[in-house]
Amino acid sequence: MTAVLEQTAGVAASSRRGAILSVRDLKTYFATPAGEVKAVDGLSFDLRAGQVLGLVGESGSGKSVTGFSIVRLIEPPGRIVGGEISFKGQELTGASLEEMRRLRGRHIAMIFQDPMMTLNPVLRIDTQMIEAIQAHERVPIAEARARARDALGKVGIPSPEERLKAYPHQFSGGMRQRVAIATALLNQPDLIIADEPTTALDVTIQAQILAEVQKLTRDTNTAVIWISHDLSVVSGMADEVAVMYAGRIVEAGPVAEVINAPRHPYTAGLIGSLPSRNRRGERLRQIHGMTPNLLDLPEGCAFRTRCDHADEACRREPGLFARHGHVHRCFHPCREDA
Amino acid sequence: MVEQALAPEVLEPTVANRQPVITLRGVSRTFGTPPSALARFAERFGGAKSKPTIVHAVDSVDLTVRKGEVLGLVGESGCGKSTLGRIIAGIMPPSSGEVLWRGRRLSELSPRERRAAKLRIQMIFQNPFASLNPRASVAEIVGEAPRIHHLIEGDEGAYVDEQLRRAGLDPSFKSRFPHQFSGGQRQRIGIARALAVQPEFLVCDEAVAALDVSIQAQILNLFMDLREQLDLTYLFISHDLGVVEHLSDRVAIMYLGRIVEEATVEEIFSRPNHPYTQALLEEIPRIETQKRAYTALKGELPSPLAPPPGCPFHPRCPNAFDRCKMEKPALRDVAADHRSACHLNDR
Ligand SMILES: Nc1ncnc2c1ncn2[C@@H]1O[C@H](COP(=O)(O)OP(=O)(O)OP(=O)(O)O)[C@@H](O)[C@H]1O
Ligand SMILES: Nc1ncnc2c1ncn2[C@@H]1O[C@H](COP(=O)(O)OP(=O)(O)O)[C@@H](O)[C@H]1O
Ligand code: SF4
Ligand code: SF4
Ligand SMILES: [Mg+2]
Ligand SMILES: [Mg+2]
Repeated sequence: MTAVLEQTAGVAASSRRGAILSVRDLKTYFATPAGEVKAVDGLSFDLRAGQVLGLVGESGSGKSVTGFSIVRLIEPPGRIVGGEISFKGQELTGASLEEMRRLRGRHIAMIFQDPMMTLNPVLRIDTQMIEAIQAHERVPIAEARARARDALGKVGIPSPEERLKAYPHQFSGGMRQRVAIATALLNQPDLIIADEPTTALDVTIQAQILAEVQKLTRDTNTAVIWISHDLSVVSGMADEVAVMYAGRIVEAGPVAEVINAPRHPYTAGLIGSLPSRNRRGERLRQIHGMTPNLLDLPEGCAFRTRCDHADEACRREPGLFARHGHVHRCFHPCREDA
Repeated sequence: MVEQALAPEVLEPTVANRQPVITLRGVSRTFGTPPSALARFAERFGGAKSKPTIVHAVDSVDLTVRKGEVLGLVGESGCGKSTLGRIIAGIMPPSSGEVLWRGRRLSELSPRERRAAKLRIQMIFQNPFASLNPRASVAEIVGEAPRIHHLIEGDEGAYVDEQLRRAGLDPSFKSRFPHQFSGGQRQRIGIARALAVQPEFLVCDEAVAALDVSIQAQILNLFMDLREQLDLTYLFISHDLGVVEHLSDRVAIMYLGRIVEEATVEEIFSRPNHPYTQALLEEIPRIETQKRAYTALKGELPSPLAPPPGCPFHPRCPNAFDRCKMEKPALRDVAADHRSACHLNDR
């Protein structure tokens, strides 16, 4: 089954069965003095339990705004101006703030690039973790504490019993991120949205965290949206990948298909420019031009001014083309066997 | 005939026999660290006390960078890469040890020679914005240093235009200010500024790390083009092994302030000797078409405040044995043009 679907009612309805999260035509705009920034502009995808969706794109492409929209943490001047977000059958765009708060700690967890967005610098780890549990469940302190300790152990923190008594600053960056992940997992959420949680970390620590998240999805069937600008990280982690450009998903499908046979020229360009896809010491294949300014997008296909395949047809907006669960938005896609 | 046999062999100009530009001998750099802001903050609210201590950011490093080569420098955050880069660029003095410029000690050079040597090495930083004066136009940013140092023969405007063109920027942008440019363009301004003083050596410290993926390739290509055109030598500092593999002739791996392995790029990537290098190579995120199982190196990078005794890598090393806990391994030849600091090589 595909993560991203044609927005025809029939396809959408059938796909929602079995999907834990279903996003349809999501639009989140920011009213800025310079104009309306369409940060997310018509985004649709589905996610099943236990599935890992990699959301990739360059900075400003709308990845974080997508994540924040799902948990309804968009603040003015931002606003969800359209679309539907259905989580376990409940419509989130219309949910009350109270209801969202309940969902966030309990059923949906978010992990940020900066673990200190989750952790409180002045509280001991055990205090914050016990609080996180008791906010959603009536559990005796001793039991909550035991759960916190187990969660730390699960993410690979050595001597968790002693570490519970520490403060965040006594951990290294990688450990802090693991504590943040452990805190996010305390209530066994059904969905984790991880926004570049390993971007600031070294490869060695990144590998540890990726290993732990992989184990987790296997063991608990948690669904994950893994946001990253790094296609290599996502490709080893995710079942499906969605590539964003200027607020839209321009290509999506099973990882192997998208990586082996990218259809959208932007995806193909990103993969082709990786050093590992070029001969050592030679010039890299590169995408020309600059990353897009959302206030000044070309009309039609937003990638038009950087695209080698572009022609007159691309002055219109490309719709979604789908085949076997591999979708793209391009009038002149790369050949499947290329 | 006899004379002919004795004639000196004409050597191919391989990297190994090119002239050294920079040589480091036993270079160390220590810092006394005040407690971090976060620690101070927590302390105010009753957290544990933290005490000031000494960090050995760079610890007895011997290293040579030869004319025309790209030396990649790799290691985990905080291992001392930037500190070593700054020492090489001459913008930070070592606490001990010697820096040789073209075989001569910096301390032996006259003040004038030292200033000239310093100009020949330029540094390119990760965050192009922070390193550009926001109130100066591009023309001022690029033209200032060469004007002060009397490097411009003829018209300054034309000189600046040439530097901008080299860095891939349209000279018509030159009256604009840094905030009017994208990240990739700002990095190009930084490169034009460095090129304007006619350097022969660029120290690039995470120079593409902050750039978008599609822009990274453009800047890496620019570095490769400039190397050809201007016969530049590079120290290329990066945490991205894929980038380092692509660009470098030689690679040095750093761990807790020390170089633990150094070899040609082919050797490092095909026959890594040091267990730490092996672990790093294992964990490079590579583009995969099926899920991979990430296996993780155990443990964290130890604090440089309290480096472990013996081999600094021993707490994480899968091959550690008794000697590793007691004795620091020295960097020694393990093959031609390949050095490694690991006791396993004595076994
Ligand atoms: N000015 C300074 N004062 C105190 N400590 C410093 C200073 N500069 C660096 N250090 C310390 O020296 C060590 C090496 O730092 P350095 O910046 O060289 O690391 P790095 O390898 O460049 O790391 P990164 O990959 O994070 O840039 C670290 O422990 C750092 O905290
Ligand atoms: N608070 C805000 N005000 C105005 N624009 C915003 C705000 N937050 C995000 N944006 C804009 O929305 C777009 C997408 O941002 P984001 O989702 O953070 O990108 P990324 O893909 O890097 O995570 C960007 O153009 C960004 O400038
Ligand atoms: S629609 Fe046209 S411009 Fe857009 S990616 Fe496809 S070929 Fe390029
Ligand atoms: S010296 Fe010992 S601990 Fe250090 S890398 Fe070699 S085997 Fe491992
Ligand atoms: Mg983001
Ligand atoms: Mg650094």
